[in-house]
Amino acid sequence: MTVNVISAGIATTIQDLGRPGYYHLGIPMGGAMDRLALKTANLLVGNDEGAAGLESVFVGPELEFTQDATVAVCGAELPPKVDGEPRDTWTAFTVKAGQVLSFDFLKSGARIYIAISGGITTPMYLGSRSTYAIGALGGVNGRPVQPGDSLPLGTSSKMVKDGLSVPKALRRGPSNPAELRVLPGLYWHRLTEQAQSNFFEDTWKVANEADRMGYRFQGGRKLEFVERKQPFSAGADPSNITDACYPYGSIQVPSGSEPIVLHRDAVSGGGYFMLGTVISADMDLIGQLQPNMSVRFVKVNMETALAARKEQAAIMDEIREVLS
Amino acid sequence: MSSRYTFGGDEHIFVEVDEEMSLEAFFVSLSMTNAVRNANIKGVTEICPANASFQIKFDPDVIHPNDMMKELKRLEAEAEQGDNVLETRIVEVPVYYQDPWTHDTLMRFRERHQDPSATDIEYAASINGYDSVEKFIDAHSGAPWFVSMVGFVSGLPFLYQMVDRSRQIQVPKYLSPRTDTPRQTVGYGGSFSCIYSVRGAGGYQMFGITPMPIYDPEQSVPYLKDFLVFFKPGDIVKFKPINREEYDAAIAQVQAGEFMPRTKNVRFSLSEFNADMDGTNAKLMEALYDR
Repeated sequence: MTVNVISAGIATTIQDLGRPGYYHLGIPMGGAMDRLALKTANLLVGNDEGAAGLESVFVGPELEFTQDATVAVCGAELPPKVDGEPRDTWTAFTVKAGQVLSFDFLKSGARIYIAISGGITTPMYLGSRSTYAIGALGGVNGRPVQPGDSLPLGTSSKMVKDGLSVPKALRRGPSNPAELRVLPGLYWHRLTEQAQSNFFEDTWKVANEADRMGYRFQGGRKLEFVERKQPFSAGADPSNITDACYPYGSIQVPSGSEPIVLHRDAVSGGGYFMLGTVISADMDLIGQLQPNMSVRFVKVNMETALAARKEQAAIMDEIREVLS
Repeated sequence: MSSRYTFGGDEHIFVEVDEEMSLEAFFVSLSMTNAVRNANIKGVTEICPANASFQIKFDPDVIHPNDMMKELKRLEAEAEQGDNVLETRIVEVPVYYQDPWTHDTLMRFRERHQDPSATDIEYAASINGYDSVEKFIDAHSGAPWFVSMVGFVSGLPFLYQMVDRSRQIQVPKYLSPRTDTPRQTVGYGGSFSCIYSVRGAGGYQMFGITPMPIYDPEQSVPYLKDFLVFFKPGDIVKFKPINREEYDAAIAQVQAGEFMPRTKNVRFSLSEFNADMDGTNAKLMEALYDR
């Protein structure tokens, strides 16, 4: 059984929970930017949480079904339609053979996750179906989805209730301004005290360069560096370091002007200093930020980071319970 | 050298062995990451050596970040006693310097370069005190290189030349990164060479191109059948200048599935190297070319 792609929106890629273990070779873990949304969509249609679905940014695809299936759309508020009839997000619905799933205009958030009963079963690569386009890995022959593609589906064994839905209280999206919690560290000491406090005081805006590799931010004051003689091999700019690894979520600020937060398809290393790292609990949120949105970075310590991680895990547990 | 430990959020520990690049710092990074791998610490998900630093990713639900930190610091004491000897391989990488494809690309991005009137390699030769590009190529291809990091994107090696610091080539990156770089471009930034594994953005100066595939997601290249990435940290590389004819012949071999890189297993001792760099490099060449 397959789903036929009529149109692919701006960028639609096959994603699961990624391929950890190859970052030391420059192959990032990839996978859904908003993991909670993908897991939830999968649970709604009776799939394993890590089954492969579609991630679409800003604009939804048009998909023609060749067999009856259960579908769920989670993440951004990008209302689904079946043969033009509206359906709810965060809710399981049926699409019958011959019907077309399409989408209305984006109301909030940035990325939707479309789970289809049985899951997408394109070939696994290094343990994952996630699309890593830069390295031509996973997805459809190493690339995003295109019109004309036929996406293979697995067989669904679990019966699901049409209309099964996630309560509103458990749907997480960014506030306005969005808040991203940051643990300072890495090369934090390279910034002057003034720059350290400015970074957290200023309100930043999401720039247009915002994708699976990373999100760029603009509008805050330029960051000043503690003066030093640049180390051998680091490069002349004070924001340069001897090329090193980049953590997922790390915040680099080339020349001190525009912070970039690396995401699931991160470059694994390079020569820019990093001032800290967005905590793991807030990584999903970044995937739902639209260009031009206001964002505040909030300074936290490790204890808060771990508590937030637990809180996120508890929300996922609640979703599992509601949908079981 | 005293390593600096710092958290990268709640899932990473980043260890800076030294602010400066040196083979000593690289060896500490390599032996530490080997020690972490051998220790099989529960919860570790990624072990990433870099030039003069390394990074460990872990699952904080399995091991508390503070405990992970303690484990790493404990391993540092053990790794420091390592004898800095490496069983590795030396690989010959043919390079067509000043090729037409990187030339076309560099001409398209002249406004992002420090010296728009010169090519990348002319600029690099001049600021490093070489009176001709030929002599610069002799230096770049003369002494071998250590693969000191694999990353940025898919299997891209960073290489550090095995010469005294006074002979190290140093070149700044482009003023603003290019949006395009041909696949298999041999580049240079700071004190590192690199080989671009895939086409894409890049900020390193472009000196030439190799016909040798180093990344193959389809794994159709015979020597990449077992794994899609060719290089790993600790590999030693010797660049061999080739001309257009040799380049075309090598490409034809690649297309016929007959190209095999010249590779020999070697043992490298950092203390022997430091005692006699030219002598050690000469022995490596003997091993590579069966002399």
